[in-house]
Amino acid sequence: MTNPPKICVALTGLNAIDNPGSGLGVARALKEDFGENIRIIGLAYENLEPAIYLKEQIDKTYKIPYPADGTDSLLNRLAFIQQKEHIDVLIPNFDAELTNFIKIEGQLALLGIKTYLPSLAQFQQRDKLNLYAFGKGKGLCIPPDIQINKETELHMASIDLGFPLVIKGKFYDAIICHHLADTYKAYHQLSAKWGLPIIVQKYINGTEFNIAGLGDGKGNIISAIPMRKLFITEKGKAWAGISIEDEAMIDLAFQFAKASQWRGAFELEVVKDHEGRLFIIEINPRFPAWIYLSVAAGQNQPKALVQMATGQEINKLHGLKGGKMFVRYAWDHVIDVEEFQKLAAFGEL
Amino acid sequence: MVKLKSNIATSENGFIFNPSTGDSYTSNPIAAEIIALLKNGYTADEIKIQLLEKYEVERKQLERDWDDYILQLREANLLAL
Repeated sequence: MTNPPKICVALTGLNAIDNPGSGLGVARALKEDFGENIRIIGLAYENLEPAIYLKEQIDKTYKIPYPADGTDSLLNRLAFIQQKEHIDVLIPNFDAELTNFIKIEGQLALLGIKTYLPSLAQFQQRDKLNLYAFGKGKGLCIPPDIQINKETELHMASIDLGFPLVIKGKFYDAIICHHLADTYKAYHQLSAKWGLPIIVQKYINGTEFNIAGLGDGKGNIISAIPMRKLFITEKGKAWAGISIEDEAMIDLAFQFAKASQWRGAFELEVVKDHEGRLFIIEINPRFPAWIYLSVAAGQNQPKALVQMATGQEINKLHGLKGGKMFVRYAWDHVIDVEEFQKLAAFGEL
Repeated sequence: MVKLKSNIATSENGFIFNPSTGDSYTSNPIAAEIIALLKNGYTADEIKIQLLEKYEVERKQLERDWDDYILQLREANLLAL
């Protein structure tokens, strides 16, 4: 009996650091199911993205140009890589790169590289800047926010929303503020880092949950895994969590997929307040870093995405297992400097 | 009628896990015994009789402790409505 042909999947998000990308989790989920019949190609922006050097998960890595370099240089680089690797499916895992990948989806298909991504319109409507309007129009519970471009607007925004409130950067980062003085500091910190506008959002007091989901682009969800955060880092990232069987949260993921017709992976960041109401505080357009938990919870979402990208019909996954925990850890991986040099000098390893 | 929610997971050493919320609890040995009996479908009266036979406790005291414990289970959202 012959083995099934190897599938080749390329992915980004190899920065398995304290604010981790999801590439390593996606790779591990795929390796879990495809075993020897998959080749994982890492696409890295930096020489020290840790997962590059985990050879049991990432078979080969190529450097790719930064998102700011634009779509032409990205496409050229991927065309070069494709001549060597014959990539079947590409899974981008960074918010900041997704616009470029969505724009070149058609050209990638001509190269034989399949993706499973939302449209540009879908991507933009869940953006932090548009989230409240999107939710309001679709009946989803989103905390109200005010976008400001001058620090003098902070005072009025704080009167309107009340304390505590959350000051958010345009792309990343959020700081909870309890006094007006805190808001000025947060405003300058985040505007210097990410630019304007700054988002001032009402703070919802409650318990934090995340939901990893996969939409089919027709308003259905293939899978939704709710996870309760058990340990949160200073950056607000889950360092430990547990899968739960909460029907209301699974329904929320369905409501989002239905409202947006979402195609591909997504993550809802949710706060459950003391009255049991579920507020979506953010929607990430990709798999979360904790996606490997989806395998333990009985629904391998990265595998399902690869199957959908390659044209297979996938029915909704069933059999969600609650009570599966992840506890992340830091690990000093030792390599020879030659490996680092190879990547730095030749752009591949 | 006191009944544990059907999806509540328990262990012999008194660990209780609610898969709907992710909440978990530890119980002392007697509470673990009560949870195990509830899980096996015993009624409140049947459990109380067993406790009275097994432990040196006045019925009045048992009733007070029982009410207190059931209240805790209810507040923890572990009981079926």
